[in-house]
Amino acid sequence: MMDSELSILVRGIGKRYKIGSAQQRADTLRDLITAQAARISSRLRGKGRRSSEPDHIWALRDVNFEVKRGQALGIIGRNGAGKSTLLKVLSRVTDPTEGYGELRGRVGSLLEVGTGFHPELTGRENIFLNGAILGMHKKEIAARFDEIVAFSEVEKFIDTPVKRYSSGMYLRLAFAVAAHLEPEILVVDEVLAVGDADFQRKCLGKMGDVASSGRTVLFVSHNMSAILRLTQESIVLDKGRVLLRAPSNEAVDFYLNRGLSKMGERFWEEDEVPVSCAPFRPLAIRILDKTGQVSDSVRSVDPIQIEIDYELSEDITGLRIGFYLFTTRGEPVFTSFDIDSEQLFREYTARPAGVYTSRCTIPPDTLNEGRFLLGINASSYGIRRYFQDDQALSFSVDASGGPGTHWPESRPGPVRPVLDWNIERKGGV
Amino acid sequence: MAEADLTPTAQIVTLKPTKGWLGIDLKELWSYRELIYFLTWRDIKVRYKQAVLGVAWSVLQPVLTTAITTLVFGVLLKVKSDGLPYPVFALSALLPWHLFQLSLQKSSVSLVGNSNLITKVYFPRVIIPFSSVLAALVDFAISLVMLFISMAIYRIPLSWNVFWILPLTLLTVLAALAVGLWLSALNVQYRDVQQMVPFLIQIWMYATPIVYPITTIPEGTLRYIYSLNPMVGVVQGFRWALFGGSPPDMTLLISSLAVLLLLVSGLFFFRRMEKTFADVV
Repeated sequence: MMDSELSILVRGIGKRYKIGSAQQRADTLRDLITAQAARISSRLRGKGRRSSEPDHIWALRDVNFEVKRGQALGIIGRNGAGKSTLLKVLSRVTDPTEGYGELRGRVGSLLEVGTGFHPELTGRENIFLNGAILGMHKKEIAARFDEIVAFSEVEKFIDTPVKRYSSGMYLRLAFAVAAHLEPEILVVDEVLAVGDADFQRKCLGKMGDVASSGRTVLFVSHNMSAILRLTQESIVLDKGRVLLRAPSNEAVDFYLNRGLSKMGERFWEEDEVPVSCAPFRPLAIRILDKTGQVSDSVRSVDPIQIEIDYELSEDITGLRIGFYLFTTRGEPVFTSFDIDSEQLFREYTARPAGVYTSRCTIPPDTLNEGRFLLGINASSYGIRRYFQDDQALSFSVDASGGPGTHWPESRPGPVRPVLDWNIERKGGV
Repeated sequence: MAEADLTPTAQIVTLKPTKGWLGIDLKELWSYRELIYFLTWRDIKVRYKQAVLGVAWSVLQPVLTTAITTLVFGVLLKVKSDGLPYPVFALSALLPWHLFQLSLQKSSVSLVGNSNLITKVYFPRVIIPFSSVLAALVDFAISLVMLFISMAIYRIPLSWNVFWILPLTLLTVLAALAVGLWLSALNVQYRDVQQMVPFLIQIWMYATPIVYPITTIPEGTLRYIYSLNPMVGVVQGFRWALFGGSPPDMTLLISSLAVLLLLVSGLFFFRRMEKTFADVV
């Protein structure tokens, strides 16, 4: 039994998945039968081996931590580090394979906003349904109904089926319900990616209120500034294990310096890419300096080249490959796609199967000094997103020689353009 | 350990690997009764949304089926109907059958249909097939009115036995839930199940005395084996409750035992599979 000051206690938690069950499971009886037949025949031929270990991967292993009541703990890690699995285990969606944990009080999870929203139901109906799914009682929902509606800013459409909502309205309503849950432990994953900047600010504010009202919050985000703002302490996960637990600023530094590749180049092995991405497969992304060398550190006064290699196993129509540029605090700088220009758009609307490189140059004097993150996205607009990795690569920019660098001060902001100033003397004194 | 330090609402939830067979936690289920209510309510609300005729479908479906059945079996094939007007004879069986069929159709795909909930939020999973069976009850209640109207038209008197409909309806619901538990859990892993269900229902319908009277099946051992089909007891019971005649005695007993067996095994099977739902669905 845990100390009553603790809200969450986790001891040696591990979660093992069958590799098959995540990707190519025996989905139908026919697959099962053929797989069984293959296994039996290989055993008969003497190659029989109890194939237990190689078919499994540990998404979490030997995770230990505790959270005090009223504390907000950040969880940081790359995609696939085990963050989502950890939250799933903690919110009891899935059982751990080993280990033990205790949670004190009701656990509310915001693993994805809008869970259980039904498109045919009205906003009002969905508030009640979603509230019940998230563990609220009817009375609680009724008592907070007006507050939820006001927060979501969809008053006018509250009796309209949510399938007629814009995606922004939908998400705002969904977040509003979730934000008005009052569980003792709140598990939050990436909800801040919703809505416009104003609404995001409002959400962050709400999360801050929750954290400061004495409830325990587990907060997973790629947005480092949100982690820093909302949590005092964080744990860094990598390959299913806890690498570090430290005050959030230290954990963020550790993560940024170690968790990401520092080589200026990133390769994707075949098994790192979900099967669901097919026919698209990313191969590599790299940063090149002005001499064409792969580099982790480039100068702002030189052109910076970004190359993305990928393979299409089938023809794809409407495919666009691009990147998001973020500061390491998670603030977006800009987004660009390879067929942004009219001409390339026309020329590459249909891409036959094959291996490609999409190459782009960021002109000199664009970025300020600092570290940046590149996210990659491959999608057909409005149809399908094949692949996305928000933290594909990080690189540093050195601004020496850039505008204003004759003063030894650091300048805020992610860009450092050369602007056309002129100074005019309007007359003598 | 000083339990007194805790806030009254704070209960300890334990996370650990679950192994083996588990029973049903009725207390937990009770604490989720509002969710059962809302999921049932959602299923009902959504079913006839954007349908011009709306809830009228729950009346139209049995009426149309009765009309077709009467035409084919009553008029063309001249199947016996225990001396009753064929439409009433068919309708009295089609009503519980529709309840069973709809419950089974909805519950067998319910887990897969709600996979977005299963992979995101914790609650006792059994709530999902359970609420889809409950939702089917509403259609049944509405269509029951149809039956009484048609009985009035044919001037068939009612006796106090009519109240046996209530326990018989419960038996139908439990039968559908029992099969639904098995099929929904299997469907999570093997989507073959949802392909099979329409055939299963079709076969099941002909294995139930709906279009023909039970007297077609010879009495004795064969009748007993036949009664292992839970719907045999239900349909036989319905006809007796509405029209009198010989009470369904052994038939109903065997059918009830079959339901009990299916339900208990279904619950255990469901609970055993439950822990992997979120991982494989």
